[in-house]
Parts: sequence; structure tokens; C-alpha cells
Amino acid sequence: MDLKQFRDPKLAHELIELIGKICKGRTINLMEVCGTHTVSIGRYGLRSAMPEGLKLLSGPGCPVCVTSNHDIDCAIAMTRVPDAIVATFGDMIRVPGSTTTLGAEKAQGADVRVVYGPLDALDIARKSPTRPVIFIGVGFETTTPVVGSAVQMACEEGLSNFYLYCAHKSTAPALAAIANDPDTRVDGFILPGHVSTVTGLAPYEFLARDFKTPGVVTGFEPVDILSGVARLVAMVAEGTPRIENAYGRGVDNCGNLAAQKVIEDVFEPCDAVWRGLGPIPMSGLRLKGAYAAHDAMRAFSPEVEPTRETRGCRCGDVLRGIITPDQCPLFGRVCNPEQPTGPCMVSSEGSCAAYYRYREHN
Amino acid sequence: MQKDTEVRLGHGSGGAMMKRLIDDLFLDEFSDEAALPGDDAGVVPLGGERIAMSTDSFVVTPQFFPGGDIGRLAVCGTVNDVATSGAQVKYLSCGFVLEEGYPMDKLRQIVRTMAQTAAEAGVSIVTGDTKVVERGHADGVFINTAGVGLVPAGVNLSGRNCRPGDKVLVSGTLGDHGICIISQREGLAFSTTLTTDAAPLNHLIAAVLEAAPHTRAFRDPTRGGLASTLNEFAEASGVDIVVAEDDVPVRDEVRGACEMLGYDVFQVANEGKMVAVVPADEADAALAAMRASRYGENAAIIGEVCEPACESGHTVRLKTAFGSTRILDMLVGEQLPRIC
Repeated sequence: MDLKQFRDPKLAHELIELIGKICKGRTINLMEVCGTHTVSIGRYGLRSAMPEGLKLLSGPGCPVCVTSNHDIDCAIAMTRVPDAIVATFGDMIRVPGSTTTLGAEKAQGADVRVVYGPLDALDIARKSPTRPVIFIGVGFETTTPVVGSAVQMACEEGLSNFYLYCAHKSTAPALAAIANDPDTRVDGFILPGHVSTVTGLAPYEFLARDFKTPGVVTGFEPVDILSGVARLVAMVAEGTPRIENAYGRGVDNCGNLAAQKVIEDVFEPCDAVWRGLGPIPMSGLRLKGAYAAHDAMRAFSPEVEPTRETRGCRCGDVLRGIITPDQCPLFGRVCNPEQPTGPCMVSSEGSCAAYYRYREHN
Repeated sequence: MQKDTEVRLGHGSGGAMMKRLIDDLFLDEFSDEAALPGDDAGVVPLGGERIAMSTDSFVVTPQFFPGGDIGRLAVCGTVNDVATSGAQVKYLSCGFVLEEGYPMDKLRQIVRTMAQTAAEAGVSIVTGDTKVVERGHADGVFINTAGVGLVPAGVNLSGRNCRPGDKVLVSGTLGDHGICIISQREGLAFSTTLTTDAAPLNHLIAAVLEAAPHTRAFRDPTRGGLASTLNEFAEASGVDIVVAEDDVPVRDEVRGACEMLGYDVFQVANEGKMVAVVPADEADAALAAMRASRYGENAAIIGEVCEPACESGHTVRLKTAFGSTRILDMLVGEQLPRIC
């Protein structure tokens, strides 16, 4: 499929005009909850192309950014497990915990390895059978199934040295928290594309049903996003909230049943603490049944330093859409990609990193 | 700004961290007026002539990758760095740091490649050094090469020479080498037909200089990619640079890989590409010379140099097909593949 059509500037401008017509005289807040959407919106300058009164807010869409300091500290504590190899997604390397980062520990000699995915960590476990290999699992439903598969494979192969530090989370509870948040007004959700390939549309139905808030699953090209925005503002204007799929080439309405089954087999919901959103019941995941033998916290119980939040860092408010990154007093001057204070600036798909990288030149 | 107390991997990635290390530590101790800090080659007077000299070290893993090996990089890297001064590169030195246990047949293959590449570039390797360290103390093979050449009279290339109105050219597709290497790296491997673009570009540079004698500067966008090179030019010359995103040649496979990994193609390393800044009235001639050269068939004019938009800064900006403009920053630290 030629994706160029989804980047056609002419089509994009037509959509922008349509959005402008529908939005005339209204104030509408739309929130996206997917880091890749944040990056796309920034990269194509869509935010400033929106008509007056229509705001595109970035929500808790980046799994690295919503990982709490305590979780980061636990991941770092895993590097002190004797002889351990800690395998992690690249983004996690630079995320500040209470006092240090995985990258800093690596520089001090800890065996921390960046991998593209958990199957690569499994490979490391096979090649180093006498050493514990601890994979730091972060991510929403996009990532959880493949991590679950890795744990299943470890179980089947008897790879008892493969462990998971599980900080995986589910998207829908975060959406509920935002919808319930009195400080945030969201009139419609741009729903995540990749997460939805796994979950389908069912987890979002409560938004339309209980909160009368529409949601549209969209892809990541500029025309995708603008189509989603056009549908959302139309539903807001008509007062007809529904959950729609505008990313049919990537998402089946029922999602990926095989992936859903893996999540169901390997994990069970648990309470989790989200940066910015605080504790959300049953929003996290942990290994269950026989798979719990691969749970790193259960196996090692490492000593974790007391959690300290960084002074002045407003990643939490950014994640709730209460402020935009450039409204944080640390943004740019003190907190920037070269010396990030909070995870929203570190992660390549964090709101602050996206705002900084794609800042428009005045 | 927080001072680093330890060396980090980011200090070697060719971006802002490395620049800080060079400025705050190396140049702080080494400052010598004879050298022109900031350009890829130092041009110094010797015996009534001007010689250009440069050095580079090669630590790439894996040592063998599609289309080349560390030996080819070791010759091309230094040949290209010296050539950016406009010098005719003549002689290289090469030093090896070998890890105990490294297979001799692999070493011979690397050295053979160096000989072949040197012959292609028309340079001679005239002196060298060999050290062996214990197993685990080097990643197989580390190579350092240094090169010298004479700079012809009247040729004064430097990153400081860029002027508003000048055009920016690249000699071909960007990102090939960096993505090729990443695709081989353990833990990140993915299948691709991409090969490295490592190539000696001294002949291409000579052809461009002949067609466009008032060329301001050349630089090869290695670690840190095009973004770092253009930011270096902008800072050294006190100008802004604007690039039209759609005019930058990028292979579909590279674009696809960058999207998959979440990489910015403008920050990905190249080993066989040259950026040239040329006065507007010589740009077409320079482009024609590039395209007629081996390794330059996909050359393009990608942007131009402008007056700085604000007094205190110098920026590199990217114009998208949408008409939006974003700032193209220097790479910070390492590019990290994204999660989802």
C-alpha cells in the first residue's frame, strides 16, 4: 500500500478546512493517548493548523512516561541482582528514577543491554543459561502480548533464568481516570492505533455509553489523524457520541484475538501507580499461575531505594493534559533532551520530547 | 549545565554531548591557534606549503556488515575527512589495537579491504602500529587511521565560510550506513537488503571543486547525521540553514526502518556521503559534477543558507511538504529504538 496518499497535503488541507467549518464558534478539547500520535501531530505541525477553539491535548499515551519513579527504581535495583543481565527497551535507559538511571548504572559497570523486544532478551537468556536475565517490561496492549509470548516460551523451554519485571499497564483504566478527572475537560478522544490492533474497540465503549464522549481509532499519517479529528468534532457538534474505527487498514473492530488470549493466559490485572494519574485500581498487569515463577520481584526482592519525586517536574500535569509541555517552568531551559528532568522529555514519544523536537520556529 | 563526571556512550555519538566533551575538555587543554577547531581536517603550514591532516578511529561492531567492513570504513573515513579541506589526500597511517583471540583470517580480510580501498582512493598506507590487548579489553579490532595531503593554493574550505544565499547539497541518499549497521546489531536485527554506503569521496570532492571553485565547505555527515553537520556549519558561520524535507534523498527501506525504530533519518550516520555548501550561482554546476561522479548519482540540492532569524541563535530548520517548519536539532546522546 502506498502511504503517500495519507500524507497528501491537498487532502490534508481539505480536511483542515472541513474541521474549521464544523468548529466555528465552538471550544472543543480533543485528547490523544498514544505517544506515536503525539509525535505525528508534532512532526506534521497539525496542532497549529487546527482552528481557533480546537485544542489537541496530549494525554498519558507514552508507556515510559507513565511509569512511576518507584517502578524505575525497581528496574534499577534489578541491576544489583548478583550476575544479572538486565535487558530493556532503549527508551528506558535514560529515564531518571529517584537518584539514577539504567544508563548511569550501565556506565558504572552493570550489565544492562538494550534490546528491540523481549524475544531478543529470551535469546540472551538462552545464551547465558547460568545468569538471571531480567527483562524490564513496559508498555500498553501493543507490547504486552509479545512480552507474554516470551514468558510462555520461557516456560515451555524450561528457561528458568528468564525473568520479567512487569510494569505493563492497560489503556482503558487511564481513559476512565481522565474522563473522571474534574480538572481535565476532554470532549473527544483520538484513540490509539497500535493498542487498538490488539484490543479492538470494545474497551472504549464505556466512553460513549457512560461519559457521552466520542472516540475515534486513527492511524498515524497526517490524513489519518485529520480524518479522526474531523469525525470527532462532527460527533461533538451533533451530540452523537460513538466509538468509531477510522484505521480500518490496521485495526479490526474485534482486535487481535490471539494476542488477547496471550494477555489473558499469562497476566492478571492488578493495581498500579501511574505517573501523573496516581494509583488506578486494576490498571496494571502481573504474571499469574505458573508464569509467576518468572516474576523478577518475586524471585529476587531486591532492595529498592526510597522513592523521591523530582522537584518542579510537572510531567504528571502534562500527562493529564492540564498543561502543555511548554507551560512547565522547566521546559526547554532546564529540562530538554540533552539533560531531561522527567520521563516525558526522555522518551522519544513523550509529550515534552515531541513538543521540544517539533517546536515550531517563530 | 550539569557536568558529566563519567564518560558516557553519548559522548561518542557525534552530537551535542560529544561537542561538549570536545569544547569543554579537549580544546580546553589542547587549544592551539595553528589548528582550526571545528573542521574535519586541521590545515597547518609546513615547509612553505599547507598540509591538511586528520585522524579517525573505528570501533564499529559488527566488523563485517553488508557491503563492507571496518577496514573500508577506516580508509574512507580518514580519506574523506582530509579531502573536505580540499587537499589531495596522499598518505595514511594506520594503527591497530587487536583483541587477543581475534581470528587471523578475519584480520587479513580487513587489511585486504583496506588495501583495496586505498588503491581506489589513490592513497598509500605508509606507516602503522600494532598493539594487542587481553581478551575482553577491545571489541575484536579497533583501528585508527590518520591522513595527510597538500592543500592547493587559493583553496580555503571551512565550516565558517557559509553565507546567506548559499545552497546546500548532499551527494546521495541518507541513512544507509547507520540503518545497515543497526539491522545487524544483536538484539535489534531485522532483515533488509540495505548495504553500507561507505566510499572514498576524494575524487567526487575534486570534481565538485573544479566545477564550483568557490565552494564554501564540505563535510561528511557521519555520526550524528545530516542534522549534526548542518548545525555545526550554522554555528561556525553564524547563519541559519533551511532544508526542504522532500528534497532530501532517502531510500524507501531507510525511511521504513526509521519509522519502525522511531529514528530520525537526519540524525542517522552516513559513511559515503558528502554535504557541500556552494554559492548559489555555482550550485547547478556542483550538482552536475556530483551526479557525474562515482557515488554521487543521487545527489540533490536540499536547502539554503539564510540570515539568522534571531541574534542570539543559529538554527537549522526543516520545511515539510505541509508547509510546517520544525527545528532540526543536533543529535543528543544515542538514538534509541522506540518501544511501541
